[in-house]
Amino acid sequence: MPDNPARAATGGPAPARLGPATSPQTVAIELTINGRPRRLAVAPWTTLLDLLREELDLTGTKKGCDHGQCGSCTVLLDGQRINACLVLAVMKDGSAVTTVEGLSGPDGALHPMQEAFIEHDAFQCGYCTPGQICSAVALVEEGRARAPDEIRELMSGNICRCGAYPNIVAAIQQVLASNGGAGR
Amino acid sequence: MPPIPNAETHVGSPRSRVDGRAKVTGGARYSAEFTAPDLAHGYVVNSTVAKGRITGIDTAAALAAPGVLAVFTHENRPRTAWFSYKYQDEVAPPGTPFRPLYDDKVVYSGQPVALVVAESFDAARHGASLVRVSYQAEAHETDLTSRMGEAYEPPKKRSGISPPPKPRGDAPGAYADSPVKVSGGYWAAYEHHNPMEPHATTVVWEGGGKLLVHDKNQGVLNAQSYVSSVFGLGKDDVRVVTPFVGGGFGSGLRPQYQLFLAVMAALELRRSVRVVLTRDQMFTHVYRPNTFQTVKLGANPDGTLRSIQHHSVTGTSQFEDYQEVVVNWTGTLYHCDNVELTQKLAKLDTYTPGDMRAPGAPTGLFAAESAMDELAYATGVDPIELRLKNYTEHDENEGKQFSSKELRACYEVGAERFGWSERNPEPRSMREGRELIGWGMASGAWEAQMMKTSARAVLTADGKLEVACATADIGTGTYTILTQIGADAFGLRMEDVTTRLGDTTLPYSPVEGGSWTAASAGTAVQLACEAVREKLFKHAQKASGSPLAGAKLDAVSFAGGRIEVTADPDRFVTIADAMRAGGVDRLEAEETANPSKIDQLRYTGYTHSAIFVEVRVDEELGVVRVTRVVDAVAAGKILNPKTARSQVVGGIVWGIGMALEEETLPDHNLGRFMNHNLAEYHVPVAADVQGIEVIFVDEHDTKVSPIGVKGLGEIGIVGTAAAIANAIYHATGKRIRDMPITIDKVLG
Amino acid sequence: MNRFSYLRAGDVAEAAREAAADPAARVIAGGTNLIDLMKYDVERPSRLIDITRLPGLRAIEETADGGLSIGALASNTEVARHPEVERRYPLLSSTILAGATPQLRNAASTGGNLLQRTRCYYFYDPGTPCNKREPGTGCPAIGGVNRIHAVLGASEHCIATHPSDMCVALAALEAVVRVSGADGERGIPFADFHRLPGDAPERDTNLRQGEIVTAVELPPNSFGQHHTYLKLRDRHSYAFALVSVAAGIEMDGDRIGRVRFALGGVAHKPWRDPEAEALLQGRPASAEGFAAAAEHVLRGAIGHKHNAFKIELARRAIVRALGQAAAGTPQSQTDKRIQ
Repeated sequence: MPDNPARAATGGPAPARLGPATSPQTVAIELTINGRPRRLAVAPWTTLLDLLREELDLTGTKKGCDHGQCGSCTVLLDGQRINACLVLAVMKDGSAVTTVEGLSGPDGALHPMQEAFIEHDAFQCGYCTPGQICSAVALVEEGRARAPDEIRELMSGNICRCGAYPNIVAAIQQVLASNGGAGR
Repeated sequence: MPPIPNAETHVGSPRSRVDGRAKVTGGARYSAEFTAPDLAHGYVVNSTVAKGRITGIDTAAALAAPGVLAVFTHENRPRTAWFSYKYQDEVAPPGTPFRPLYDDKVVYSGQPVALVVAESFDAARHGASLVRVSYQAEAHETDLTSRMGEAYEPPKKRSGISPPPKPRGDAPGAYADSPVKVSGGYWAAYEHHNPMEPHATTVVWEGGGKLLVHDKNQGVLNAQSYVSSVFGLGKDDVRVVTPFVGGGFGSGLRPQYQLFLAVMAALELRRSVRVVLTRDQMFTHVYRPNTFQTVKLGANPDGTLRSIQHHSVTGTSQFEDYQEVVVNWTGTLYHCDNVELTQKLAKLDTYTPGDMRAPGAPTGLFAAESAMDELAYATGVDPIELRLKNYTEHDENEGKQFSSKELRACYEVGAERFGWSERNPEPRSMREGRELIGWGMASGAWEAQMMKTSARAVLTADGKLEVACATADIGTGTYTILTQIGADAFGLRMEDVTTRLGDTTLPYSPVEGGSWTAASAGTAVQLACEAVREKLFKHAQKASGSPLAGAKLDAVSFAGGRIEVTADPDRFVTIADAMRAGGVDRLEAEETANPSKIDQLRYTGYTHSAIFVEVRVDEELGVVRVTRVVDAVAAGKILNPKTARSQVVGGIVWGIGMALEEETLPDHNLGRFMNHNLAEYHVPVAADVQGIEVIFVDEHDTKVSPIGVKGLGEIGIVGTAAAIANAIYHATGKRIRDMPITIDKVLG
Repeated sequence: MNRFSYLRAGDVAEAAREAAADPAARVIAGGTNLIDLMKYDVERPSRLIDITRLPGLRAIEETADGGLSIGALASNTEVARHPEVERRYPLLSSTILAGATPQLRNAASTGGNLLQRTRCYYFYDPGTPCNKREPGTGCPAIGGVNRIHAVLGASEHCIATHPSDMCVALAALEAVVRVSGADGERGIPFADFHRLPGDAPERDTNLRQGEIVTAVELPPNSFGQHHTYLKLRDRHSYAFALVSVAAGIEMDGDRIGRVRFALGGVAHKPWRDPEAEALLQGRPASAEGFAAAAEHVLRGAIGHKHNAFKIELARRAIVRALGQAAAGTPQSQTDKRIQ
């Protein structure tokens, strides 16, 4: 999904002004977001989640609780799944972030996990879905889950209030199987 | 309505969600995700006392904080409607609705008392932390047990909610005379909906007094009407657009306070404003009420019911009489000549409870179906046989026939799939390792309703169809099923159909709830398509030498972008040619679907289910695992088995939560819910959910709705909690009548 | 969240110096608890001292005495999945994996896990009084909603519990916490690291102002064969313990040699009772013996309206956990069936 053109100035070489001038104490950082290097100026209290959603208009990453209690904000930070709501952007200078917007190919081709979620109807309202998918992509990468109870345990950090869990597990199983089981 | 020939291609087949791509890529925008160039952000300050008066609000520090634009309180609130009735909405219960920032009175803990608006979300949150509110607290009461003595029958009934029927026969007398009696008192805890998307409103200030409102709700027209009424705005000046809703479950039926606050601030500041509630603030509005019930069943030794008495007391607020159907289910499900059903309310210093997934039904059937299970043990009759013995073919509450009722088949098919015949009925008789195994079952029922709903269909010469309705898709799959219906009407691919929802400029729909949307919006879309088909067919016949000349509408089929004679497909006219013949490049129709008044007088419609559950209980440690669920559902026509199954699975997961985990804990000293977050309010996680099997039993019903659909949003949860409780009894011999059944209760 | 300044510390000495200079400053690493509390305005630091880039605090390496040193910045995941931890200290690995979620474990640090604060509803809600959050305001959990609260070692001022799973294992493993401050470095035996609430519930630990946790040292004795972590909670994952037991035994034939066990969810700190452990030493592994030890642990337990069940639950959990450990059948953290 393209960024909001109104905010496109946050890319490029010059440190961009982030939002209105309410936070004079900004710190310049660099983040690679979905493969694109960005120089940003962030207030110390800006979380990675708020940076993505409020400043960069990358609203695919969801805010469900803002306290690490639901997993809706799961993104990949330097390849590891984390809750973006509990990360201060200023502390991650130099890191690489992948959000749900960065999973599909440049041609719009869906990631196999995204395809599997659609095929298995692994969501209903869709709000937890980007977090589920980022989490599931990391789970496959981690290589620790094979059996359904392992998948269930290692996906329990992503709450789905619609209760799509059986379908989520089925979608992940399909991707694991097509990866030849993704051993350790 | 004549059936549409060749209309079974997509409808009835499993289809992936048409909004799937948007949802898996992050492209779907929810209400807090729309933006505007001048967007300001509001953050709510909530009361810390349950009852009393605000004696002062010090906003100086907040106003001095960087980025803060304004702090709204009852002291400086812009003028809004004076009369409380102006705050009524489509589904409001009787009473005087809560009016945010109205005056200095505090009527519940967590009530919004100020809104801080700032240039950024973070500045608003910081500003809110600097607002100091002082209160003169007054004595409050939030404990239902303390108010049982003052419980009352609501003098004014809530529209759309059937009050309990008049007593039939002499239930107390028949109970006294019954050779077999069971009775018990049942508690159901407070629950909060907790959709994953917190309530949020983004008001885009469009200039010229016009507002574009993105609000999380289950009915854009309801939200529009509320805003228009409260703020004295013309409906033309308020457009509400909510294409995606991150879960509702009833929490978006009534306008929640962030809508009021966001609109108020936008009007006053004359700029765009967004207000998003925090997860903790999601515990400061609607919830499922705390309910106490008693059930007494009297029966003959063979299990035949002689008496049913089912009474409930439900908490409500001081200002509204919230009502849901708790006890009627018992009288609807079973034949009995002596029935007494009553529902009372008790006033508490809380916010008004509201509809939460299958409001009343899982609560009431937890009690009723637990009691039936108890009766099965008291009589030695198998639980299914007991239910069949007391089966009824007409709704004795209403004195009407059922439009259809395949519950008998649900019992049979579900039992067969579950392996119920292998069950040793003796409690504590099944064990594996350290775990006791329990098999329990229960019946489920939910009203199958249809509501007046309109839809529009627009067919263009390029063979593309757009269908539109103001209703919402809260995750139920409405976009998908309406696309299927539209595609089938013209024999199109689903990719050629666009469905638009959640916009006040679209044709009328009531709020999305009660499981009525598929039947209602589905019928409306079908009628609109039907009307377009007729127009198109007429045009197709107009062309000189038309291959369809002389054909009747019911003798042609719409397929592959053309209209062809069903018996002779070589005789056809393409959509493009038909339009050309008519001199048009698009055809449009808007139609309204109404439930049949005659059928409503004669019949009542219910969705039914029979649900079977296996639990494994580590009795010593009180740990319960739900290891297997089979739910056989009779819900009329299934439009899309894939999304339909998901609906039922989701409901069952809710039932697991209700039975075992979900409970909002009130501190009655403070009059405040304490576990107001997702770490301490436990909803099921993936590790709680194992094998769930859903079976749709064939059910043909032409009376419940023209398209034969009954609805599926609620039925999954309804009997689940009772079946789990019954399975726990079978495993352990403990009859636990207090939900949720947590470790302490299994130990106790 | 309040306004604060941000400092990226260059070395431990700088971090300790800056932390000592300003009592309102907070050291931040994983941030999973601190940022959470800051959003609730429970924590309002004047300054955050970011130690995540300090050199040398992430290593997991063998110590001179054959134990294992875990750097304070090692994430919970790095510890739980470290080959040496999995091989030699499976109790620690299992306990970490029983807590939180993969996302949180990837971010949370070892030092931060020790310093996480209670989940008491009242502590977390600035709209209510709380002696731990605002000393002297009272403890509404006593007489209020206290389902998740302490039954051992509580005081009239506070009945909060320590929420960590990992720390329960560290207590059983008799780890040593290495800290560095203005007065130099020191090691604190795990049992002395956390405090009971007493009349100063605002103090969770015995860390001195400005001291920074640099590592956790595990002794060579690792209970590699006979161990378990049994966690009982309100849902099967992603929930704090109502009661948990970490147990390690060195079996001497069918007799119990050295045994250590600790409880989570029942007290202001991971609860160990050396007297109860001594009751088991040299005895055959038996349910009766385990029950006697459990009885001893819970002899002074005090229940409140909603948490009294924890006393009996803890008793049974101890017996079950000791049985699992003795049998060498540790509790799986993915298969939820309890052996």
